[in-house]
Amino acid sequence: MRRTPAELVGAEPGPAHHIDFDGRPVPALPGQSIAAALWADGVLAWRTTRVGGRPRGVFCGIGACFDCLATVNGRPNQRTCLLPAEPGTTVTTQEGHGRADLAI
Amino acid sequence: MLKTEPPLDVVVVGAGVVGAACAYYAARAGLAVTVVDRGPVAGGTTGAGEGNLLVSDKEPGPELDLALLSLRLWRELADDLGAAMEYEPKGGVVVSSTPAGQEALRAFAAQQAAVGVVAEEIPAERLQELEPHLSPRMAGGFHYPQDAQVQPALAAAHLLREARRLGAKLITGETVRAVRRRPDGAVLGVETDRRRLDAPAVVNAAGTWGGELAGLAGVHLPVLPRRGFVLVTEPLPRIIRHKVYAADYVADVASGSAGLQTSAVIEGTPGGPVLIGASRERVGFDRTLSQEALHRLAAQAAELFPVLADVTVMRVYRGFRPYLPDHLPAIGADPRVPGLYHACGHEGAGIGLAPATGLLIAEQLTGKQPELDLVPFRADRFPAA
Repeated sequence: MRRTPAELVGAEPGPAHHIDFDGRPVPALPGQSIAAALWADGVLAWRTTRVGGRPRGVFCGIGACFDCLATVNGRPNQRTCLLPAEPGTTVTTQEGHGRADLAI
Repeated sequence: MLKTEPPLDVVVVGAGVVGAACAYYAARAGLAVTVVDRGPVAGGTTGAGEGNLLVSDKEPGPELDLALLSLRLWRELADDLGAAMEYEPKGGVVVSSTPAGQEALRAFAAQQAAVGVVAEEIPAERLQELEPHLSPRMAGGFHYPQDAQVQPALAAAHLLREARRLGAKLITGETVRAVRRRPDGAVLGVETDRRRLDAPAVVNAAGTWGGELAGLAGVHLPVLPRRGFVLVTEPLPRIIRHKVYAADYVADVASGSAGLQTSAVIEGTPGGPVLIGASRERVGFDRTLSQEALHRLAAQAAELFPVLADVTVMRVYRGFRPYLPDHLPAIGADPRVPGLYHACGHEGAGIGLAPATGLLIAEQLTGKQPELDLVPFRADRFPAA
């Protein structure tokens, strides 16, 4: 039997909305973090490492490890486990440091 | 009952980069060495440093002599350990925001040139060739190709690993409670909370806590903490190529003021984050975050590199530089206590000065003539309070 955190705490969230992940809509609940919304949709990785290009998603989930970074609304290196998945949020898979525009 | 260990030639107290260098050069000279630290390796000031190996900020004198020797030794060490220690001979760039500041830099560089420091004047219009993201509002600068960088905790750890390969022993998590002495005053070794270490020589590499260790040996050494903060940005591509700092930094280092001083010192790291220092204030061992210090560091960094204004600071760390009143370290045998050697009080330059300190101590321990005159670094130069 599949149980969700929302069921476990008896949450009664408001109606779902959508955020944009790499150009496609992903459902999100009011108050849900971006990372939680992506996970709930089956997405486990939204960043590649700087050196090896390996996939990364949530590790600690509480803002400490900086593993779950992504580009959010055009800003790279945002911790998706801390940011709310608000309507209209745009999340883009981040390649490496996400700052290739600054390279010299 | 305390455990007793087989007799040693020397006990080094402190597993920071200076203690590590002392252990490395002493072990290389064939001495039986044990390093003991109450915390982990690089748990004090070493772990809170930026890894500056600088000649650019030093005026001619004993500290610059030490720095020039040390930079030569770092280059030798880098042959085998360079990659492991993230050694980068990247050079330094000192910039001034006013023509008067540039004139002062010019005079400073001319003095340094007389003792072998290489410095090239960079006119304002050529600064962007060296640092493309540097603010175009600078009056000019100087390029110091000898300046370099290591990752300090890695440097300490790898020097200790080499020392252990040569037979040295490392004990962490044990506090030295006493320096044992014979009735005539000569050193017999130390006692930790767990064991007795017998040795005719004890090296005080306890950094900011070196004054306390000297006290255990019955001598006065006024090492004071000088707090500094470093901001760590998110990982970035290599946007800053050199160690870049504002000309005011040199005056701040030399100042004896207790109040807050900040001057931007900025560098990239192989890991990606940019490190932003350097603040100085004498507030004892207070670990409280100073918003004022962080605010000023960030603002000054963005003034030098406007691109940093939009970059996120991920975290901040602070440390306590071991400061002696005349800004020189205490290095070498203490004439007051036979067998007691000091290797502490390097302030913010301890990473850079570590190998020279270790080599000079090892030379003294083995009865050789040290290759630099150690008189300016004698620990008994401070009158007892």
